[in-house]
Amino acid sequence: MKKYVAVVLLLFFGYYLLLSFLQLDFGRADERMAVSKDYLHESVATNKVANVITSIVVNFRGFDTLGEVTVLFLASTALASILYRRNKPGVKVPKERILTSASHLLHIGAKVLFPISIVLGAYIFIHGHLTPGGGFQGGAVIATGVLLMILSYRKFHVNHNIVSWVESIAGIAFVAIGFTGLIFGTSFLENVFPVGTLNALMSGGAIPLIYIAVGFKVGAELIGLLDNILLNNKELKQ
Amino acid sequence: MNIQDFINFLVYGTAIFLIIGGLYAVLTKKYLTKIVIGLSIMDAGINLLLIAIGYTYKGTAPIFSPAVEGKTVTMVDPVPQALVLTAIVIGFGVTAVALSLVIRLYRHHNTLCIDNIKNLKW
Repeated sequence: MKKYVAVVLLLFFGYYLLLSFLQLDFGRADERMAVSKDYLHESVATNKVANVITSIVVNFRGFDTLGEVTVLFLASTALASILYRRNKPGVKVPKERILTSASHLLHIGAKVLFPISIVLGAYIFIHGHLTPGGGFQGGAVIATGVLLMILSYRKFHVNHNIVSWVESIAGIAFVAIGFTGLIFGTSFLENVFPVGTLNALMSGGAIPLIYIAVGFKVGAELIGLLDNILLNNKELKQ
Repeated sequence: MNIQDFINFLVYGTAIFLIIGGLYAVLTKKYLTKIVIGLSIMDAGINLLLIAIGYTYKGTAPIFSPAVEGKTVTMVDPVPQALVLTAIVIGFGVTAVALSLVIRLYRHHNTLCIDNIKNLKW
């Protein structure tokens, strides 16, 4: 009974949602672009950043990205505090993961792929203003490499001190770059560094610096998150 | 019904089908992991819808790489892509926190079925 009510309600909702979206012709976004035309133009003319999406995310909407990084930080903090388990006296908390031991093939493959994935992630966030990708994607790739190691080796541990230090320093660097805009320019996160030429690695002023900071921060946060969610979830035998 | 209307229906219909399917799972499923999966599917549907709105026929990715420098090319709308980049990260955070709550509930009640978790009822 409950299911039929849900289906009817959802069909209603979906029908009217579809009806409103059918007014927008697919593939005709160039007729509707208003602010995007300015973004496309300004990104090349003033910021000298080839990747327009990076230019929007880090420069035009940089404050929004700071908020986004804060949300990610809050998510990882909330996850760590929700999963926190107090050490009871007399009960030994297991120090290994719930996962069973991996095969020999995975051990060797993880050893080979781990450094490659770190390098790939660093490449993606350093070249975030030239090629597709950026800080968030590069950080996610780095965290994937660490996840591979966690899945392969039961005793693989991440040093929490290093992870939280990297995270804090990257966050402070982001805000510090924002404050240079306030001190030497007119507004927070304004681009006051020399912008260079289009399609060079050293171009875009503060944008690559901010994306490198975001890459480190996201990578460290995701690693801490994976470590929290996969560690100490074995059922305690009372 | 011309071809443009059919394409509109197909593309937006797919995205809205994903949103509806995710909401259906959230509303009717009994297991907490399935509810979280439903949230993820809904998230993917919304992202697909936003990206589809910004598409232009024969448009390239909005990157002024050396391959397109100096030529006149049409580019897809970069604003929905930037918003979806934000939305993906927020969706990831939501999924992570939801999963941690699921783990916590499982530790306490030893089950994931919401019929057996009596504290949720009032």
